[in-house]
Amino acid sequence: MPQTMFAKLWNSHVVADLGDDTALLHVDRHILHDLGGSRALLDVKERGLKVHNPELTYATIDHTVTSAPGRQGTIPRGVELIHALRTETAAAGIRLFDIDQPGQGIVHVMGPELGITLPGVLLVCGDSHTCTHGGLGALAFGVGWSELNHVLATQTLIQRRPRTMRVRFEGISAPAVTPKDLILALIGMVGTDGGTGYAVEYAGGTIRDMAVEGRLTVCNLSVELGAKMGFTAPDEKTFAYLEGTACAPKGVSWLRAVEAWRQLPSDHDAVFDREVEIDVTKIAPQITWGTSPEHVIGIDGRIPDPAMIPNAERRQAVQLALNYMGLMPGEAIAGTPVDWVFIGSCTNSRLSDLRAAAEVVRGRKINPRVRAWVVPGSEIVKRDAVAEGLDQVFLNAGFEWREPGCSMCLASNGEQVPPGQRSVSTSNRNFVGRQGPRARTHLASPAMAAAAAITGTITDVRRLGTGK
Amino acid sequence: MKKFDRLTAVAAPLMRANIDTDIVIPINRMVGNSIRGTLGKWAFSSLRYLPDGSDNPEFVLNRTPYRDAEILIVGPNFGCGSSREPAVWAIQERGIKAIVGSGFGDIFYNNCFQNGLLPVVLDPAVVQAIAEEVEQSQGTSHVSVDLEKCEVTTSSGKRYAFSLEPRRRTALIEGLDEIGATLKLDSEIRAFQARDREDRPWIYTSRANA
Ligand code: SF4
Repeated sequence: MPQTMFAKLWNSHVVADLGDDTALLHVDRHILHDLGGSRALLDVKERGLKVHNPELTYATIDHTVTSAPGRQGTIPRGVELIHALRTETAAAGIRLFDIDQPGQGIVHVMGPELGITLPGVLLVCGDSHTCTHGGLGALAFGVGWSELNHVLATQTLIQRRPRTMRVRFEGISAPAVTPKDLILALIGMVGTDGGTGYAVEYAGGTIRDMAVEGRLTVCNLSVELGAKMGFTAPDEKTFAYLEGTACAPKGVSWLRAVEAWRQLPSDHDAVFDREVEIDVTKIAPQITWGTSPEHVIGIDGRIPDPAMIPNAERRQAVQLALNYMGLMPGEAIAGTPVDWVFIGSCTNSRLSDLRAAAEVVRGRKINPRVRAWVVPGSEIVKRDAVAEGLDQVFLNAGFEWREPGCSMCLASNGEQVPPGQRSVSTSNRNFVGRQGPRARTHLASPAMAAAAAITGTITDVRRLGTGK
Repeated sequence: MKKFDRLTAVAAPLMRANIDTDIVIPINRMVGNSIRGTLGKWAFSSLRYLPDGSDNPEFVLNRTPYRDAEILIVGPNFGCGSSREPAVWAIQERGIKAIVGSGFGDIFYNNCFQNGLLPVVLDPAVVQAIAEEVEQSQGTSHVSVDLEKCEVTTSSGKRYAFSLEPRRRTALIEGLDEIGATLKLDSEIRAFQARDREDRPWIYTSRANA
């Protein structure tokens, strides 16, 4: 019987069938971070248990550390958590990629870049955007804190088998339309619960032609579609991306692994529980207007008018979102004044993202009323970007060039958009209060965020064009 | 873990769609290793408090009799977004023991079972009907959730059956310890790893490179 890639990934990790469509699954890779990592290790220790496989577990620091140049000023609770993570990972024999070391970075940037993430692995992390790693062909998903303890103590996880969904992106996207725009457009179409209960495979010609970093961006937003897991089939690009990375297999082991990875893609006739097809030629650069990633329109679009929405509940939801965002119904979204621009997060902080933003910024100055940050996703991204001179492009334009971490995506390190201010952000959540209490977030691609920084308003990057 | 069998209580309707876990508990209240027991006060902060810190009189849990609610009736896709388990803790610390809705965020749903908070999934129209009955009675109409019978009943006598996998149901009723149960299968886990080392040796050797 033809199998989906999901079935191959799932079946190869079943340790025991527990009935009710539920299985005990082997966890091949587990990454801890500062927000929950030390607490989990302490919990396990308190129960008198040991970490089952410390050699399959990695850790890094991203959520609570300051991104200020020189790393001065991490909030006191962050300092405590980071200290505890160092102590507890050392005691358990877990490899920590610490601040200022190559390898440190946002979990979902450093995992793929170091080859901790590999095709075919089952990877978990106490963070919902773990689906990002699916862009290398891994079965990767976020787990809660109790589940995380379970993984540490047993190297397994109890999970109910999700249904399968395939999203096929077809066609060649217009200039300035990036992987971020494609996935936002999908969320706009099917809604933030369109993928709930599904493992989503992104396929089609557009995905095949897409660079690996773009696939990571697409998979990153799976959870905003409601899907815990999203992935793409591994191919030659995936192998090229991974070969020679720090943790990838070497020599004969590499050849054997690649051989196995070639068997992972869905069989030709595999059947999915749900199929969606998207013509990417119709997609414009996207921007969110509301407080859910599904509140998204093309940059040439208008802010929705609640009066035009027949369904009472939806009407009210749109009205609430517009009140929070301080936007007028029916107006063009382009031209809305902006106070902050944040280029960073596990969605869009890789080298290709910084290059795309720098291309718009080069030779220009940001609007003086805007505060604009670039926060590279990892120490390696930062060093590569500096080697190319991208830091100078941003600094010359008036951006702040910061140290790698989650920073203003979540504000768990205290770096916030001030109340009532408007931010264009390359992150993944425009939720109420996400970037700080009463902060107003518009999600967009790196190029679109860069354009907003230059003009001081939400701007169609296609009109602005590239810099000099 | 808290056990759950049956409950009759005040139910508070909170029917907004897509209430994400950032709304349930803001991040700044959950940074730290000893946050348990401190979260109830911050549950639903952005809805519950006005910018000056006073109670928002319009928020359902700030109104009598809903203040004493032990059941939440929620809109679609409740608990979407972040995997933060403190969202479940905050709801529990606020006194809620069961949530009735038409669909939940996947990770939030799993987290509920880990902590003995019962998420009940019913048809959207049924959830709406329950919310309306409660609202029409101004909250005096209580709701019962019975996990033994897998049934929700309202004061007017309407009964709605819900389904739940037997293993999850048993775990809630008995307050099962999942880690303990899995460790009983440790010989199977080790046998899996031994076989897997032959099939996929690269999984187990990466660390040597790093
Ligand atoms: S960058 Fe944002 S979304 Fe990604 S892991 Fe960090 S806080 Fe979470």
